[in-house]
Parts: sequence; structure tokens; C-alpha cells
Amino acid sequence: MDRMERKVVVPGDLLSDDPKNAGEGTYVKDGKVSSLLYGMASSYKDKVRVIPLAGKYVPSPGDTVIGTVQDIIFSNWIVNINSPYDGLLHISELPRKIEMNEMSKYLRIGSSVMIRVKDVDSTMKVELTINDRRLGTLTRGRVAEISPTRVPRLIGKGGSMINMLKKELNCNIFVGQNGRIWVDGNDDDMDLALKTILIIEKEAHTTGLTDRILEFLRAEKEARS
Amino acid sequence: MIGMDEKLSFFKNGVRLDGRQPDELRPIKIEVGVLERADGSCYMEMGDNKVIAAVYGPREVHPRHLQEATRAIVRYRYNMASFSVEERKRPGPDRRSNEVSKVSKEALEPVILTSYFPKSVVDIFVEVLQADAGTRTVGINAASVALADAGIPMKCLISSCAAGKVDGEVVLDPMKFEDNFGEADVPIAMTPNGDITLLQMDGRLTTEEFRKALEMAKTGCEQIYEIQRKALVDRYSHMEDSESCDEAVAEGEI
Repeated sequence: MDRMERKVVVPGDLLSDDPKNAGEGTYVKDGKVSSLLYGMASSYKDKVRVIPLAGKYVPSPGDTVIGTVQDIIFSNWIVNINSPYDGLLHISELPRKIEMNEMSKYLRIGSSVMIRVKDVDSTMKVELTINDRRLGTLTRGRVAEISPTRVPRLIGKGGSMINMLKKELNCNIFVGQNGRIWVDGNDDDMDLALKTILIIEKEAHTTGLTDRILEFLRAEKEARS
Repeated sequence: MIGMDEKLSFFKNGVRLDGRQPDELRPIKIEVGVLERADGSCYMEMGDNKVIAAVYGPREVHPRHLQEATRAIVRYRYNMASFSVEERKRPGPDRRSNEVSKVSKEALEPVILTSYFPKSVVDIFVEVLQADAGTRTVGINAASVALADAGIPMKCLISSCAAGKVDGEVVLDPMKFEDNFGEADVPIAMTPNGDITLLQMDGRLTTEEFRKALEMAKTGCEQIYEIQRKALVDRYSHMEDSESCDEAVAEGEI
């Protein structure tokens, strides 16, 4: 297949005549591949795919996300993961054993947690786990929220954007697949980090963004010192 | 008919009272993403109709008993503002708006991939700010664009428009006067490949006239589709075709 340029498509736009090219965000009908979404179409290897410009986070196993504890029932915490579906964190998923009556000691209602999606079944019951050294309660820093569709852009190709941000900002940044971002550093750096993240969200689809953000950060830091 | 001595005339020198040809649409204006809070939104004008559509979701279903285990449900609320018509409309749902909501929902539902989001709901709200005949069709057009803007997976967009009959002649997209004093009104909604998802008729038409009205309305829908598509594409077209673009490939490890 010819290389296809990036193009804005709307649902129903014809993308290819070969069903073998059907990638993410497309569907096949009568041997033709069409777009399912309003987004940017591009070819990736031999597949045509459509990256949406908006949409909700749909949990899938293995995603690391940032959630907020909403409720505690029986031996589960109900965790809001910025999605149409709430997550369930069972007491047995904690790194150490705790009693049912002391659940709120470990995770209170309102706590922010860095958490992993363990399993999602066909009825969209989302099981979470926190049993990993890198996961756990967030006790410091701030949490920002962007559209989940902008997460890949914030990370950048091979992490180029996020690594640049971490280096320039002197902050620890973690991007959850659900569009929530945890930032930790000193107050001034965090302010700038959140500001930058919102700019990236707004300009996610423009070209040469990483370079422009780098310039922006350098200018901001110059002004501060 | 109204009590006037002289016969009502819908045509002057071969054109309609607002200067249109019989098969001409009213001017259309579409703005995408006009509401900050909604997941997707659209403002649309079609002649003197002014409509705003907001889409929320997929989100959790409340009340719970409406939820379906294998698919998302779609809710559509069509509402006319009390100031949208000449005589103040009593606010709130009524027999007419309930009907319009139902048929509009059924016009859009077939293209939405509800199976992607089990146990959730897609809420569509359509508010008519100013009415001038054909508000249900404008509502469907705006809702379809708002659904796309919300990032909801759909097989295609839906376009909708009406045909009517005045002075024994079939006309496209009747305006208020033609609708009120005309002989028939046929609103339809369809996909770009011609599948019809809404077909209503009030008044009387012969089979031949009905066929003509349907064909005319279909042509109207095709024109509207192009405008809807353009409104969506233009919003982001400045980002197309960039060689040096560093659009991320999602696979990156964090």
C-alpha cells in the first residue's frame, strides 16, 4: 500500500479497499475499510489506523493509571479511574495482608493511587492491583488531568517528550494511561510543569511540538532566574 | 388554511418566498465544540433554525435499571426553549417533544457502535433556541456532528432534511410559512450511502409526489453531509500532511 499522509477523517470515510489494511479505529464492511472515529488517519506499517481526537478512557489489562478511592465496600475499594467504568481493588491485591476492618487505614476515601489494571472482563468489571513496588498511594505532589487521547503525545515517540520534561523541569512525572498525570517536585517547578502539560494538551496535534516546548521551558526558566 | 380571501401564494416569479429555488436548501452554518463541559457539542443554524447539541458519554447509567449488560444505551432529549417560537412555548417535555426525541434517537442509534461500551450510556441533548420548521432534522444533524466530536465510534455520520409540498409542488427544506400552510412535510434522515434511518410524513402526497419528495430530501441530505464533514475536518485541517510531524507512537514505555 502507498504511504498515506496524515489526514483528518470523520466516521464513515473510506480509508482503503483492502481489508488486510484495517487497523485501530477502523471497520470493514463489504471489503472496504472505513473510519470509525473522528480523528487523524495515518498508515503504520501496512495498517491504516485512526487516532481519535476525543474520547473516554477504556481500561485494558496492563495499563498503569491514577485513580481516586471513591468508596469502600466489603473487601474492595471502589476506585474512580477517569473512565465510564469504576475499578475494583480487592484487599488481597495489597502488598501485605491487612484486616477488613482496617481497610480505611491503608487507603481512605479520597486517596489518590497509582494503580495497575489487572483484568477487565466482558461485562467491564475492572480489577485493579497495587502489588508492585512502583505502585502505591500518592502522598506528595499534584495530579493533573488531560484528555486520555493526548497521553501518547505527552509521552512522545519513545518517551522523547516526557523525558525532556522530566529533565528540564527537575520533576518526577508519571503519566497514567487514563489521562491523569502525577507531578512531584518543588512548588515553582510543579507550577511550570502543570502549565506546560496543559499547553501540550491544547497543541497536541501541531508539528515540532517537542522543540517548541523545550524553547518555552528555557524561556520560562530564564525569566524566573 | 387561514381565512383569507385571496389564495395563498408560495411562489413569486418562480422562486419561493425567501428567494430559494424549489430544490434549494436554506443556508447552513455549523460550529463544532462550542461547549466546554460537554464531551462533544455542535451549534447549527439552518435558515432561521438555531440549535445546539451536546453529547455526554459514554458514562455510567443512572438510574441503574436502564443499564444493559452487553451494550451502551442511547438517550436523546429534544427540547424547545420557551422563547424559540412566536407564542411562548410552555417549558418542559410534551407529547410532541417526546415523539421527536424517540424518532431522533432511533435515527442515530443504528450508526453508533453501542457494543463497544457495555453498561454505559451516551446522552444526547438537543436544545432548540429558535425554531423555523424542520427543527428535528437540524437537531439530528447537529447531534450527529456532536457525537463525532465526542469521539464516539460510529459507522458514519447521519444527515437529515425534509421535503414538503406547497401549491401542488414538491419543495426541499420547507421554512415555517411553507410548513404551516403547505400540504405535506416529509422529514428523513440517512447515512451517506443512502440508508434511511428516519422517515416521517404528515399531510397528503400521491405515490408519485412522495417518490419525488424522497429523492429531493435525499439530495438535500447529501449536500448537508458535505457541510457536516467540512465543519469537522476544517477544525483540525491545519495539522494535516506534516512530514516533520513527531506524532507519538503510543507504544513508548513510560
